Amino acid sequence: MNPFLDTPQTSPGLWALAWRRLRADRMAMVALAVVAWFLLTLLLSAAGFIAKDWDAEIGVNYAPPTFMGAQSAEERGVQGMHAAEVATPDNPRDPLRDIIRQLRAEREGGANPALVQFDDYGIADPLAAEIAEIRAAQGQRNTTAAIEKRATLPLGADKWGHDIIQKTIKGSETSIVVGLTAALLATVLGTLFGAVAGYYGKWVDDCFNWFYSVFTSVPYLLLILAVAAVLQQKGVLTIVLILGLTGWTGVFRLIRAEYIKHKNREYVLAADAIGASDLRKMFIHIFPNISHVSLVQMSILTVAFIKSEVILSFLGFGVPVGMASWGSMLNEAQNELILGKWWQLAAASAAMAVLVTAFSLFTDALRDALDPKLK
Amino acid sequence: MAVESKPLLSVHDLRVNFRLDKHDKNSGFAAVKGVSFEIPENSTVALVGESGSGKSVTALAILGLLPPENATVLPGSQILYGGRNLLELPKSALRSLRGKDISMIFQEPMSSLNPVFTVGYQIAEVLRLHMDLTPRQAQTRVVELLNEVGIPDPAAKSIAYPFQLSGGQQQRVMIAMAIACNPRLLIADEPTTALDVTIQKQILELLAALQDKHRMSVLFITHDLAVVGEIADHVVVMRDGEIRERGTNEAVFSNPHDTYTCALLQCRPPLDSRPRRLAVIEDFMDGNCPAPETEVSKRGLSGSEPVILEVRNLGKSFYTREGLFGNREFKAAHGVSFKLPRGKTLGVVGESGSGKTTVGLTLMRLHEATTGEALFEGRDLFLMSKAEFKNYKRRIQIVFQNPYASLNPRFTVGQILSEPLLIHGIGGSDAKRTRLVNELLEHVGLPQVSYHKYPHEFSGGQRQRIAIARCLTMKPDILICDESVSALDVSVQAQVLNLLQDLQDEFSLSYIFISHDLAVVKYMSDQVLVMNQGEVVEYANSDEIYLRPQHPYTQRLLNAIPKAGERIRGKISAN
Repeated sequence: MNPFLDTPQTSPGLWALAWRRLRADRMAMVALAVVAWFLLTLLLSAAGFIAKDWDAEIGVNYAPPTFMGAQSAEERGVQGMHAAEVATPDNPRDPLRDIIRQLRAEREGGANPALVQFDDYGIADPLAAEIAEIRAAQGQRNTTAAIEKRATLPLGADKWGHDIIQKTIKGSETSIVVGLTAALLATVLGTLFGAVAGYYGKWVDDCFNWFYSVFTSVPYLLLILAVAAVLQQKGVLTIVLILGLTGWTGVFRLIRAEYIKHKNREYVLAADAIGASDLRKMFIHIFPNISHVSLVQMSILTVAFIKSEVILSFLGFGVPVGMASWGSMLNEAQNELILGKWWQLAAASAAMAVLVTAFSLFTDALRDALDPKLK
Repeated sequence: MAVESKPLLSVHDLRVNFRLDKHDKNSGFAAVKGVSFEIPENSTVALVGESGSGKSVTALAILGLLPPENATVLPGSQILYGGRNLLELPKSALRSLRGKDISMIFQEPMSSLNPVFTVGYQIAEVLRLHMDLTPRQAQTRVVELLNEVGIPDPAAKSIAYPFQLSGGQQQRVMIAMAIACNPRLLIADEPTTALDVTIQKQILELLAALQDKHRMSVLFITHDLAVVGEIADHVVVMRDGEIRERGTNEAVFSNPHDTYTCALLQCRPPLDSRPRRLAVIEDFMDGNCPAPETEVSKRGLSGSEPVILEVRNLGKSFYTREGLFGNREFKAAHGVSFKLPRGKTLGVVGESGSGKTTVGLTLMRLHEATTGEALFEGRDLFLMSKAEFKNYKRRIQIVFQNPYASLNPRFTVGQILSEPLLIHGIGGSDAKRTRLVNELLEHVGLPQVSYHKYPHEFSGGQRQRIAIARCLTMKPDILICDESVSALDVSVQAQVLNLLQDLQDEFSLSYIFISHDLAVVKYMSDQVLVMNQGEVVEYANSDEIYLRPQHPYTQRLLNAIPKAGERIRGKISAN
């Protein structure tokens, strides 16, 4: 009797089994769907199908979200173009106080207003007539634009009247791409260093450990600032490099430990016995057995780096002006909040919170699926 | 032998199911299928079975220690103790029983003792929990107990940490802890499996003495029927969750009814004879108990065989750092010399720490030797450069102890077996390599569909066949078997030993057969090298070693082997 007769020719490998376990985890699948949805919008926006015109000024400045209703310019806190002239109060320490008073008196006393115009400080302004013309022209254009500009937008608008929804979508592009590529870079570096240090041990390991210790003894933010200062220019690549070059340490520790553990396992000894080379043992034999550690680390780092991008942008080391990212949105929001404009902050935070939560849940489920013994 | 009386504990129709997949409620696996037996007062009952027989699950069910998340005891099962059904007791009542009335010893003493507390503290903890002793009284009792289980200088040892004791002493501490509250039932789950054979004997004697002295009952769980023969009053043989045979020691050993019991007794290599083939389970499963094979193979050397490997004065030292600059040398093996003739088997036997594995690994240069030379066809293996040695690696291969660890879990069997071919450029094309691999699979008795399967889909014995096949891909001259059958069940062990024998006959391989099990080594080998603490204490033809052991250590090893197996074999062949 052949016990193998009924079984199929090929068997599910470890990844297939992990996927099966993942499929059975409902929470993981929901999280995965959310992440996939984010990635899909990212791809669509990168390809130019959606959020292409995110930087068109389609709303009035600080247009509130629709459900709050339209606000007048004063309510919005925007200084109108023809705001009533308010008499500037006297400055008691102004050395020109007396002259200004005199000039004001003259003006109010019936000097020809058509010939001599006075500015807010009461000083005669020779260009006043021209400026008034320009202002009038501008005012006209502004009024025609204001007709097209919408008073409210679904989730409001920023200072320039950009639609927050589109800006958030566009911003996801930067944030997620930065998060993913920086995490990939950090994981690759950490895995490579960890593999070499852990596998060879002895002085090689010592060298890597010294390097690691020095690297981690510098406060993280200082390190980021230092790298940012060295790289000089702002841009997505810079952020990826900053995060990638500083983020490998955690992965390094874990992978090194795994290699130390695995290099004395019998299957590696067996590989040695059949004459496998060091590289073969390191990457063909050991690596598939610990790849889940790298993978899980990478998804943890992705979450961390999406947040780091926000912090970097907040500190002013982020993406250049004119480029949307969740971090720069939050950075703008810090000034807006004083004016009570909370919607940009809300949109960026909500998008980030949802993505990060989904990603973290997915990461947890992934770890459980890859290493069911842990449970 | 104990006097029959009313049972202390009776297990009635115990059925336990395990859930395999937490998301699938229907995926069940019946680990114990309706087991009933009784433990009389003041007697030893042995529960015998191979892995997967459900013997440990039964023991855990008695103590209520089954993992509740995936094990379910089916309704109708009963475990009666003192008129109460243990399966229905509330947790708190069960807890007060555990450790006091019923206590347990586990297989691995090292992992059952908490490494951060002294052994005295751990024994005293049991006393404080169940006996309400003051710390001072407890301390006195601890010393008494340690003295009772035969630990020298008990007062000093009571403040020792587990790692400061040897394996045998640790197991004695576990026993002291178990008998601390004068339990009425002691459950011993494979208490000697992890120990050396000489220590095993001491522990068995201790258990028997304690059982008698404290008038308690012992439920002794083991895979080794021979061990049971010495201490059990009653024997229960289990297989696949069912009881195959149940009876008194005398009845089971002198007149086994069940073919499986027969098989278990005969699969072990006998010490006093050497059948050409060992009996395997399949020989028995058609329902009768065949007489042991009478055809014997001859072993031993005349001295004129051509030598393929000569090892002279091999030594391997490990160094541990001590202080700032100091090194402490630990000699794992030294002064080891032997000659291995072509097509013959050299057995290396010794207890843990004897350096036998070190010898094997050093020959493969998986450890670099400290001293000595290994002449393979006249060339010293230890002096070769790595590149030179790579070609010789093909010709010396090693099969490791644990088939669960020595196969890369991420490789399919096909990949595992093709890899050596790929590395050494054997076979030429992929198609040809696949054919070679399939031929080898057939050779070691595995079906061709195994090619695409992963190691975890195979049983221990099948995995060991894969490991052997991997070595054979390179057509080696010498195969080092490092405890290659020690982790296998008795019946599977017999199959693998038969396979190794067939392969030796076919390819005239030379084996270096390393094991702690003198019976297996004696069965397989022409010559035997007995090692103790890194040194060779005796080196002679295998029959010579068995019949006329010279060194006291060898004699001790021989004495420690449980003899129950011989008894039954004698009976059967006499019939």
